[in-house]
Amino acid sequence: MTRTFPGVIANQDVDLTIHAGEIHALLGENGAGKSTLVKMIYGILAPDSGQIDWQGNTVSIPNPAFARELGVAMVFQHFSLFDSLSVLENIALGMDSKVNRAELKSRILEISSRYGLPLDPDRHVYTLSVGERQRIEIIRCLLQEPKLLIMDEPTSVLTPQEVSRLFETLRRLSEEGLAILYISHKLDEIKALCHRATILRNGKRVDVADVNDESTSSLAAMMMGETLETTTPRIGNQAGELRLSVKNLSLEAADEFGIPLKNINLDVHCGEIVGIAGVAGNGQDELLMALSGESVSTQSDSLFIDGKACGQLGPNKRRALGVAAIPEQRLGHGAVPEMSLVDNTFLTAFQRLGLVGGGFIKNSVTRQFTEKVIENFNVKSNGSKAFASSLSGGNLQKFIVGREILQNPGLLIVSQPTWGVDAGAAQTIHKALRDLADRGAAVLIISQDLDELMAGTDRIGAICAGELSDIYDTAALSIEEVGLLMAGSALDEKSLATGGLNNV
Amino acid sequence: MDILIPTILTIITAATPLLFAALGELITEKSGVLNLGVEGMILAGAVCGFAAVHFSGSASFGVVAGAAAGALLSLIFAALVLGFQASQVATGLALTIFGVGLSALIGQDLVGVAYDGLPKVAIPFLSDLPLIGEVFFKHDVLVYVSLLMVPLVWWFLTYSRAGLVLRAVGDSHDAAHAMGYPVVRIRLFAILFGGAMSGIAGAYLSLAYSPMWIENMSAGRGWIALALVVFATWRPWRVLLGAYLFGGISILQLHAQAMGIGIPSQVMSMLPYLVTILVLVLISRDQNKIKLNSPACIGKPFHPTS
Repeated sequence: MTRTFPGVIANQDVDLTIHAGEIHALLGENGAGKSTLVKMIYGILAPDSGQIDWQGNTVSIPNPAFARELGVAMVFQHFSLFDSLSVLENIALGMDSKVNRAELKSRILEISSRYGLPLDPDRHVYTLSVGERQRIEIIRCLLQEPKLLIMDEPTSVLTPQEVSRLFETLRRLSEEGLAILYISHKLDEIKALCHRATILRNGKRVDVADVNDESTSSLAAMMMGETLETTTPRIGNQAGELRLSVKNLSLEAADEFGIPLKNINLDVHCGEIVGIAGVAGNGQDELLMALSGESVSTQSDSLFIDGKACGQLGPNKRRALGVAAIPEQRLGHGAVPEMSLVDNTFLTAFQRLGLVGGGFIKNSVTRQFTEKVIENFNVKSNGSKAFASSLSGGNLQKFIVGREILQNPGLLIVSQPTWGVDAGAAQTIHKALRDLADRGAAVLIISQDLDELMAGTDRIGAICAGELSDIYDTAALSIEEVGLLMAGSALDEKSLATGGLNNV
Repeated sequence: MDILIPTILTIITAATPLLFAALGELITEKSGVLNLGVEGMILAGAVCGFAAVHFSGSASFGVVAGAAAGALLSLIFAALVLGFQASQVATGLALTIFGVGLSALIGQDLVGVAYDGLPKVAIPFLSDLPLIGEVFFKHDVLVYVSLLMVPLVWWFLTYSRAGLVLRAVGDSHDAAHAMGYPVVRIRLFAILFGGAMSGIAGAYLSLAYSPMWIENMSAGRGWIALALVVFATWRPWRVLLGAYLFGGISILQLHAQAMGIGIPSQVMSMLPYLVTILVLVLISRDQNKIKLNSPACIGKPFHPTS
């Protein structure tokens, strides 16, 4: 299958075979082309070329209704549910054919007991947990008696207990001959659940692996790519004074889907770039928020900036100390969508740039600074008055990164700096980060992009399940070793004979 | 006894227009659209209904014309709100102002024209019952229709598939759209139904309640109807209760004033509003029930994305 979008080849000659009764993983990083492939199978997108064989016959699938008729069902990552309606009503709304309520109710109860999906048809959706809501979607699919069930990152919203329950259900379904296509980038889940895995990278199929023969780190290597072409590690950087020092920082998760941070220790010096690798959802967001001050620690001495204990200071007070943070989520976290770029600039820059005078906003100074960001970082927008939401993802990223870097922070914490940004813009951002470090700032990059980290950092560590590994010199580590760190294993020190172990 | 029967009869006629307008608005709001133009649509229905009867002499044609006028006005609202995604609140307010002016313009030559009122329909046998027959079974046909609409609207929302889809659209238009339901078309029908019901309410005012045309004769009933829907937490039976409570107290306080009770008349005039709101708030104070019945998407513009 091949499918292109303007400027991107989302899928290039991708092959995928799934057998009845098999749980098949579709593995790849964000942007690897998993969604595109699945959307073609479910009839949401039309392929540019390629063919789909269904039970031996070549078919073309023009729309989701036809896919359902064939026997393809899909559970989306974002549910389409109505809060104020009952479970029964929700399921009735999703059925293509009309069924009377009593009959539907008894069928729901039958499926719910047979596959261990406890659900009361008369409950209203707003009273249900996310796991229970997902069961509605699954039952809705199973009612159509599918032969292939596609699940798009089903565990991203579940608690560990709900995950193991879901796995039991999926195993039982596969034993009955249902084929399941399981999309995920969580390696341990795939190892625990799936039989085979198709690995995608940059829109191409890299490999089909028998999951039993692989380890999580070998799967990670396939997913991330072993061959790094232009790795030019930063070497010869003399780290300056200690700027950020995190000591035994632990934080409870904010809600049941968050990751608690466990005993984080980390030092970042002036003039160096430190990278934190990790598979998504292992505590990256929490770490960023703990450093930026959005989540405040109970212990003041868990975090020092330039030697000042500030574990209990909020974001504005940390900003005053020279901290700038760029969160992963651009719209709604990094920028307010319904505000202009000028207003968005003001929100993070008013302290450092002194944009308030006598209680009033200094409009012309703010606008000039905004225009400087737009110009220096080549942000494509309708001027500084444009709404943040009107910018494309990549351009908004350039704007946010530029806004923080041009404030000349003493410490910059950035998560996913080049997420969804084209190659040229990524280069601009990487260069700006290096220049910032060369000017003496401490830079911390949290990223899922290993290439970016291997090429652009002085030291590197990884976060796994809320725990941060030791930090090593980037030049001393191989990709496999970083993969091990990402999987949460400790490195054997003998294997690091050549590298200077820079333990914290 | 002499005063009782006429009092009950006036209460029923006072409640009927509120019931029509509120049930219509309930359906509109259940689909996720807040139409604040009820007052304007009532006035349009009143003047057009009256004019139609005046020129054609047919009472039923008058009612149909009232409904059509209300629906037509709501079509303007629908075009702005659904077609151009204008703010529902601002558009609804504008619709009310527009309806006041338009009805005054149309009704210029109708002021002072007399009409006998809608014919009463006595239900055979039942109307011969002593007392009860007089009170409940000798009304114009619109009273019966309004009362019939309550179970009809309730059944539609609770048990019919179309009603389920309507509620779904009001609860989450994005999810409904994702499932392939035509959100805009469903909302259009809901708005038109609300408009037609408001139009009938208006026609009832000018043809039965006080059979004549006076400028601005709805006197805020549109706003009462809107409030009833919210305070009844979008439940048809409670709308019925609220409409009769309001109608009842507004008539009773007039009688009380006439009898010379020593309470300032301004306080008495406040009573219907106070009591209705108080009673409905008290019986509908269960937070879960409110969450369950209120359309979550109300007032939000729908931007279809694929």
